[in-house]
Amino acid sequence: MDAAVLFFLSSGLFLGWSLGANDAANVFGTAVGTRMVRFATAAVICSVFVVLGAVISGGGAAHTLGKLGAVNALGGSFMAAFAAAFAVYFMTKAGLPVSTTQAIVGGIIGWNLFSETRTDTGTLVTILGTWIICPLLAAAIAALLFKATVYLLRVTKPHLLRADAYTRLGLLLAGAFGAYSLGANNIANVMGVFVPASPFTDFKVLGLVTFSSTQQLFLIGALAIGVGVVTYSRAVMVTVGRSLMPLSPVAAWVAVVAHSLVLFLFASEGLERLLAENGLPTIPLVPVSSSQAVVGAVLGIGLVRGGRAIRWHVLGGIGAGWVLTPLIAGLICFVGLFFLQNVFNQQVYRPVPYVVSDQVLKRVAREGVSVAPLGDLAGRTFASARQFRGELDKLSGLDADARAQVMIYAERADLFLDPAGFAGIDPLELNTAQIEALARLAGRRYVHRWALAEALARQSEDWRLRPEVRVNKSYNKELQRKLDWVFRNFGAEQQGPVAR
Amino acid sequence: MLPKTLSAAKNVPLFRRTKALENEIDAFLDKLSQAGLSFRRAVQIYLAEGASAEFEEKLSDVNTLESSADHLRRGIETQLYTQTLIPESRGDVLGLLENLDSVLNLFEGALWGFSIETPDIPEEFRGDFAVLADQAVNGVESIVLASRAFFRNIEAVADHMHKVMFYEKEADKVSTKLKRAIFASELSLAHKAHLRSFVEHIDNVADRAEDVADRLAIYTIKRTV
Repeated sequence: MDAAVLFFLSSGLFLGWSLGANDAANVFGTAVGTRMVRFATAAVICSVFVVLGAVISGGGAAHTLGKLGAVNALGGSFMAAFAAAFAVYFMTKAGLPVSTTQAIVGGIIGWNLFSETRTDTGTLVTILGTWIICPLLAAAIAALLFKATVYLLRVTKPHLLRADAYTRLGLLLAGAFGAYSLGANNIANVMGVFVPASPFTDFKVLGLVTFSSTQQLFLIGALAIGVGVVTYSRAVMVTVGRSLMPLSPVAAWVAVVAHSLVLFLFASEGLERLLAENGLPTIPLVPVSSSQAVVGAVLGIGLVRGGRAIRWHVLGGIGAGWVLTPLIAGLICFVGLFFLQNVFNQQVYRPVPYVVSDQVLKRVAREGVSVAPLGDLAGRTFASARQFRGELDKLSGLDADARAQVMIYAERADLFLDPAGFAGIDPLELNTAQIEALARLAGRRYVHRWALAEALARQSEDWRLRPEVRVNKSYNKELQRKLDWVFRNFGAEQQGPVAR
Repeated sequence: MLPKTLSAAKNVPLFRRTKALENEIDAFLDKLSQAGLSFRRAVQIYLAEGASAEFEEKLSDVNTLESSADHLRRGIETQLYTQTLIPESRGDVLGLLENLDSVLNLFEGALWGFSIETPDIPEEFRGDFAVLADQAVNGVESIVLASRAFFRNIEAVADHMHKVMFYEKEADKVSTKLKRAIFASELSLAHKAHLRSFVEHIDNVADRAEDVADRLAIYTIKRTV
């Protein structure tokens, strides 16, 4: 790994540090604010569990961010993360509990705008939707849990000291759970933009456990979060625990549990699978904001208690911060990318080439799109998305949906199933049938990803996506991940860390 | 998983310590209640037979109870603060224990007064003195129950609190009646003043119990909000 890679990763570490200083403080904020847990204890537990959560189950939400915008050059990842980190740092200085999630989404959209990459509106709407649902859900859970806890305390009548000891233990356990969920959910914010551009390679520990490049990235990011927690989160913890509303220790516990549950719901792949297999609606795995969750939870408790103790002007400031954060991050990212590209001559995105070949036209036609308006572009190659989109926009007779379809199928990837590359296939990653199917195609070249995917699907049942119903959601997602892995490993251009 | 287990294991002795501290608070309240009973008995004995050996024995019982209660109280307070227990209500608990302790001191002080000054209580006042001591001790009994409820069952505090007020009023009535009777009698002024000071010794106990109840009412409101 060269020094440049380390330099670019540094902004991810800065973002991790901001997340530790700001978001992680939310987990133990109420506990430390009510003096039930000492800061040192909170910091240690928080750091350890953030690392565990990030490395063990950090994958789920990262995928969603990758879909929002595949930042495909390290320079771009650097600036997206830096813009987000700076926005969070700035807002923290201004005393507002903001969220890394919002900042990084702002940063990615800034990159999308700069590189003229299509922002996946479906994913963006999902993410924005969770920003509204997350605090509401946290408020609802907190309100119910608070009622239940108060009732339980009334019935069981524990001794004052016993209740205190239980609350303390409960705060530690809930905080550990919250930190784990935070790591699992929010590590995507810190390192998600680096995943498509990861400089690491997979390796095996003791020949047994595969330590994937993503997990290595996440470990480094999580360590940065830990440093943020230990060095800078104290003041934020006290503010979170006391500024919005004075909380009793029991209410503090309720807030931590509600916050942790919400983060867990939005990060757990296991839960998603379980829901899907039972035909229930699934919860999108989206990096949500711990600040929003905890503010929602505190608000829920406040409303149950009659709403008198809530400081509404503080809440207003927090709400304004939530709107401003993604805007600031997006703006910084856009401006920063301009400088990085034009002043420092760094590659901030790789132009994705497009080609309108016969193959593409046939494929698009199969999707029910009329290809007649594309006649003029047939056979032409375009150096970048910007150029291609410009040409498409000039055509009449193509609606937005058809244009999006053409963009998807015309994207060039230039894949080469190099027989030499088969040695690196991980039997844990792919099953035997899948490997055999790949082997039958060895030596062939594909211009488009979808072409390779379809060729594989023809070779083996195990490469076929299942019909898009809820039960198959996680299966398809897993398969898509394997396809992405194949695309990454058999990209024709292996120079640079990027092959997405 | 390991750190979780570790933190849980770290908390097992915490529960043991908690149990021990609960017991210490209960023991402190027991001492106060016992001191009240001994006080009532001591006053009865004094009224019947003066500062007899049996009276001195009760006095020494109250003495012992007072000093061991002091010891318990200091231990409890130190633990509450060194282990940062009940951060929200430890100040209140501290205030409660110290005020209860001052009730104990009043019991002890009054009995020492009887022992040292051996007031001569004429036959006609003895009944009222006994009633006065009774009401004062009843008030203290009720505040002990209210304090236990504060720790164990916050909603029951009110059940005991109103009794404290009731006994304090009763004690006031008896003490006023007694003082009027003393000063209307044919005794010397010095004797009258001497007797009055003992009426006040005992009445102070009931007054102090009421003061504690007033504070406890506030602590209770703070905990239920």
